[in-house]
Amino acid sequence: MTYRNPPTTPRKSATFDDYTLSEIRRAAATGIYDIRGAGAKRKLPHFDDLLFLGASISRYPLEGYRERCDTSVVLGSRHAKKPIELKIPITIAGMSFGSLSGPAKEALGRGATLSGTSTTTGDGGMTEEERGHSKQLVYQYLPSRYGMNPRDLRRADAIEVVVGQGAKPGGGGMLLGQKISDRVAEMRTLPKGIDQRSASRHPDWTGPDDLEIKILELREITDWEKPIYVKVGGARPYYDTALAVKAGADVVVVDGMQGGTAATQEVFIENVGQPTLACIRPAVQALQDLGMHRKVQLIVSGGIRNGADVAKALALGVDAVSIGTAALVALGDNDPRWEAEYNALGTTAGAYDDWHEGRDPAGITTQDPELMKRVDPIAAGRRLANYLKVMTLEAQTIARACGKNSLHNLEPEDLVALSIEAAAMAGVPLAGTNWIPGRNGF
Amino acid sequence: MPATTMSKAERDQSHARVFDLSQQSLRELNQALHKLTSGSNETAWEVLNPKGSHSVAVGVDQLVSIDVRGSVGYYCAGMNDGAAITVHGSAGPGVGENMMSGSIVIKGDASQYAGATGRGGLLVIEGNASSRCGISMKGIDIVVHGNIGHMSAFMAQSGNLVVLGDAGDALGDSIYEARLFVRGKVESLGADCIAKEMRPEHIELLQGLLDKAGVTGVKASEFKRYGSARKLYNFNIDNADAY
Repeated sequence: MTYRNPPTTPRKSATFDDYTLSEIRRAAATGIYDIRGAGAKRKLPHFDDLLFLGASISRYPLEGYRERCDTSVVLGSRHAKKPIELKIPITIAGMSFGSLSGPAKEALGRGATLSGTSTTTGDGGMTEEERGHSKQLVYQYLPSRYGMNPRDLRRADAIEVVVGQGAKPGGGGMLLGQKISDRVAEMRTLPKGIDQRSASRHPDWTGPDDLEIKILELREITDWEKPIYVKVGGARPYYDTALAVKAGADVVVVDGMQGGTAATQEVFIENVGQPTLACIRPAVQALQDLGMHRKVQLIVSGGIRNGADVAKALALGVDAVSIGTAALVALGDNDPRWEAEYNALGTTAGAYDDWHEGRDPAGITTQDPELMKRVDPIAAGRRLANYLKVMTLEAQTIARACGKNSLHNLEPEDLVALSIEAAAMAGVPLAGTNWIPGRNGF
Repeated sequence: MPATTMSKAERDQSHARVFDLSQQSLRELNQALHKLTSGSNETAWEVLNPKGSHSVAVGVDQLVSIDVRGSVGYYCAGMNDGAAITVHGSAGPGVGENMMSGSIVIKGDASQYAGATGRGGLLVIEGNASSRCGISMKGIDIVVHGNIGHMSAFMAQSGNLVVLGDAGDALGDSIYEARLFVRGKVESLGADCIAKEMRPEHIELLQGLLDKAGVTGVKASEFKRYGSARKLYNFNIDNADAY
């Protein structure tokens, strides 16, 4: 009998994990970077790392099903003659017609309207479906200016000057040829079928001083009626917020790196920008330092999933949140009912992110006439409204438990953090301690 | 009759509504212009003392003539949709940005981004235009009597840019389907922009633009045409050096 040394268990590298190896092989085979949709997928400090304290001897709660807990919010009261009044502090983020199908855009409008909130156009202009089915529609003013015109500016309820987005701060839009249908091409004044790469910078202004003059122009064109938002990616939230306020914004939108995109490079999504949680307190601090907190409203987006996330964002000083990815899931994105088709595309329900390819089995991120029939805008809009209602009820449940008769009365003192990272980012104590990392020299 | 072709006597007779920006606010001017309807008798306007103000006569959507007596700041005549606007002076950045229709004439020079993202109408600059003239243009016609600066017609999608003088560096970088006609020297062409043959239909098109812009003594045949090589329309890794 020969003696064999005991073998070691095969060990894979934590650095060169399966995904990394597959990406190296894919890059070597194709010679092109990986493009995908959605936001950062890596594990990041997030709202899950925060907990509410609830009521105790020093704080008494409100009755869950009886006492009122206000959810409304007014956006744009700083300069606009006609601010936006929302019933809930959850809005639908900008997503373009082009990246999304017509029925999907209509469903977003229907769901938002049923819920008393706003929806937002995207990098492709305003469609009739969207305007017609959205009681309150925010019109994005983007570097590409696709479809931009004064008539749509005037029939919008607010204007959002987009400087950047969380998935790709510093990157422009991307819509590949397979999604440039006749209608999309016409709206964007581009030839059908070409790969469309939108500009990353505005064509006629650079820097905060120019932005102030640009905002003045938009106000003059719309007779000072519309709230003007400025949206930035989560890059330098303190300074970007301060500069947006200085430039005259009514509302600042800060989008963290979990915020989705229709398409960009995977390396961009995962390596540029800051997590949503890390963006909130600096943005709030900028408003407080300028004496503009609650006067200029702050909207935060990127990874908002449920009422707890909403309540936590509001407790940290945000006026409203915005959802994109979650809204698409409510419409039917990545639904396991299409699993066989996801498998045929080499993926699985829950992981499908090749939105740029236009072959979405759920019919949402496509311009394929057959696939988009799978979205019933009325039923999908109803699902979105249900989801928004649940999120609102969840946030109210938490607020009442913290003794608050308005979601906007939640405060940082209602929160603790489960990790040192989250405590430092959110500026709340580590659970079980009174330690806020970074405060008072510690 | 467009204000650009009116004599002083004709203008005096037209009973132009005079708006003096040293006496009244910019907001009052723009709101008065926006209140105009298609049946309005106030079809001729004169703006005095602009003194470099930004956003003069923006978002006008009626077929009126507006004479601005002096130089203007940023975004003069922005999003113009139908008006005939003449600036009797020079214009700051972004003049006529996103114009839909109508005409704009700048008697002096224009700063950066002239006619940016314009979708229609005619922008005439009788002096020189700075950098990024016609950036991202989407259907506008631009005629510059003098020279234009660098990065002009960057990502230009549609429309015509006519330059009687010279063009700066990187003309037409990443251009789509816009047509560029330059009579003088081009410092350099941007990515995917190439010189193209002037066929009879281009001569005819260009001559029409020169006539509309009131250019005399210049023949369309003196120009060269530039446009897209269309090599960057769909991503190809072998073209990555051009990006």
